[in-house]
Amino acid sequence: MGSYVLRRVLQMIPVFFGTTLLIFVMVYTLPGDPVTALFGEKAADPAVVASIKHKYFLDQPLWKQYLHYMGNLFQGDFGTSFTGRPVSDIMAGAFPVTIRLALLAFVFEMILGLALGMLSGLRRGSVQDTLVLVLTLMVISIPVFVLAYIAQTVFATNLGWVTPTVQDSYDLSQLVLPAVVLGSLSLAYVARLTRTSIGENLRADYMRTAVAKGLPRRTIVLRHLLRNSLIPVITFLGTDLGALMGGAIVTEGIFNVQGIGNVLYRAINTKEGPTVVGIVTVLVIIYLVASLLVDLLYAVLDPRIRYA
Amino acid sequence: MPDIHDEDSFEPHPKPGISRLDYAGEQGMAVEQETLVEPDVAKREEARSLWGDAWRDLRRRPIFLLSVVLILLLVVMAVFPWAFTDANPRKADLVHDYLRRPDWTDFFGAGWFGYDAQGRSIYARVVYGARASITVGIFVTAAVTVLGGLTGMVAGYYGRAVDAVISRVVDIFFGIPLLLGALVLLNAFTTRTVWTVVLALAVLGWTQIARVMRGAVLTVKQSDYVVAGRALGAGTGRLMFRHILPNAVAPVIVVATIALGGYIATEATLSFLGIGLQDPTISWGIDISSAQKVIRTAPYVLFFPAAALSATVLAFIMMGDAVRDALDPKLR
Repeated sequence: MGSYVLRRVLQMIPVFFGTTLLIFVMVYTLPGDPVTALFGEKAADPAVVASIKHKYFLDQPLWKQYLHYMGNLFQGDFGTSFTGRPVSDIMAGAFPVTIRLALLAFVFEMILGLALGMLSGLRRGSVQDTLVLVLTLMVISIPVFVLAYIAQTVFATNLGWVTPTVQDSYDLSQLVLPAVVLGSLSLAYVARLTRTSIGENLRADYMRTAVAKGLPRRTIVLRHLLRNSLIPVITFLGTDLGALMGGAIVTEGIFNVQGIGNVLYRAINTKEGPTVVGIVTVLVIIYLVASLLVDLLYAVLDPRIRYA
Repeated sequence: MPDIHDEDSFEPHPKPGISRLDYAGEQGMAVEQETLVEPDVAKREEARSLWGDAWRDLRRRPIFLLSVVLILLLVVMAVFPWAFTDANPRKADLVHDYLRRPDWTDFFGAGWFGYDAQGRSIYARVVYGARASITVGIFVTAAVTVLGGLTGMVAGYYGRAVDAVISRVVDIFFGIPLLLGALVLLNAFTTRTVWTVVLALAVLGWTQIARVMRGAVLTVKQSDYVVAGRALGAGTGRLMFRHILPNAVAPVIVVATIALGGYIATEATLSFLGIGLQDPTISWGIDISSAQKVIRTAPYVLFFPAAALSATVLAFIMMGDAVRDALDPKLR
């Protein structure tokens, strides 16, 4: 087990550097000069531009910029945005909001998704099965931003339960509606995946054995069936946590949640290179750690999987 | 002793009834069991390939037929939009008040779905908007399938160092969420056309197919007919494209069909955020974005492009689902 974890961590290192380099290249080599953009409509003084570029290492070749950035990163320094605010400061304000939003969405999609998946998977071809299939298909095909407007119109404008946009991003109760919208697509995938997985495992030999030796139905479903059916679902959920944070761009924009998605969207639009690279780097780390945890969870769920 | 040049002796599915089970077997599931259950069925039916089998199955599914009809309609709409409406989708005439409800009696006319805030015919814009979505969906999927398919094939076939390098590159691209990467990439272009969006999505999206293809090739590579082919002196190209590819392509096609709907939704999301397509290209995403200003007073301005977009994505996902069920009987 220990050597497996070590191997996986070692494998993560080139991926981490590769992904950050890729995003670095995308942000800094593509056309569009961020420094001249700072001046807006006004003509920029070349001397000022040059001094800003020097300050932010932009006058160096890209590989030097990257090494410099990485060197600082390992000392916990994410750099400074072009407006002079440390990127770690910007992130410290926005990440807690998005993490709450994503966790809320995650819990919602996991609990409801598993419940719906079991409801339909255990009774294939029944009314509830068809209902779940049709509903999830609808959720999958309606794009998130349309879903957000529907939710806004129904729950805020018509029913008046909530305000259309979030007033205080630190208030958990106000984040519920955005979280439901954010998690809905993944909810549909979780439900369908659970349904398929349960359908497969229902026919497995160990199920027949469990029924034959007269175990109570509850034990069979929860201990035998669910535990084995969870494996593909866990894989999906693990990679989804990172995707939820990335997908927050749309939801946070529509509901005016002051989280990472909002900050990132603004930073991309104003070509705030340091902020974009910093946020995406953190997202990549979250993604890598989540996929490692998923692999380790396999061994817990399925004793047949042993990491030597 | 069979003639080694005889094509039939290389036939991947020499026995009837085995064809589909190959695919199920690849997932490590009860292959023998299924052959045992239906030996008489296998005997009765004539030899069919996996594809013939899948096609027979698909023809009888109403959901598949419905989605195919819908997709064909959308493709025709994308190629010949003027066949569906006389109205000019770009003609803004403020005589038409967006607050006036859609005129249901005006069948296929300019005012059928009402007018948007700039006095443009919503029906005409819905019809003309199909082109951007369909083009992006089809071309991104084609590019991703070729690019991902080839890299996955090379990684799976050669294994060892080649596989290690390709797999790490795939991991690197896989770590960047599609929407996020596309936002950063597309923001660099001041003028963006359909092809810019296709390029960005293809560059970021090929990894999923590459992983699926690699996995399928790894399994198929072990098969007896591949070993036999190699023993008889078949070259790399022949082994790859005549022996392995036809038997490894099924899961790739399934993933690609389902992903197609996703690419259409991503394009709409990017256009909605203002970093995808731009005027004068007509896109449902742009129309939904501009409709949000009048959503309280005139919800139908948002409803029709949103419904068209959802129906398109739905059609491709339903088709992908049906194809998967047909190619992978284990899931039924």
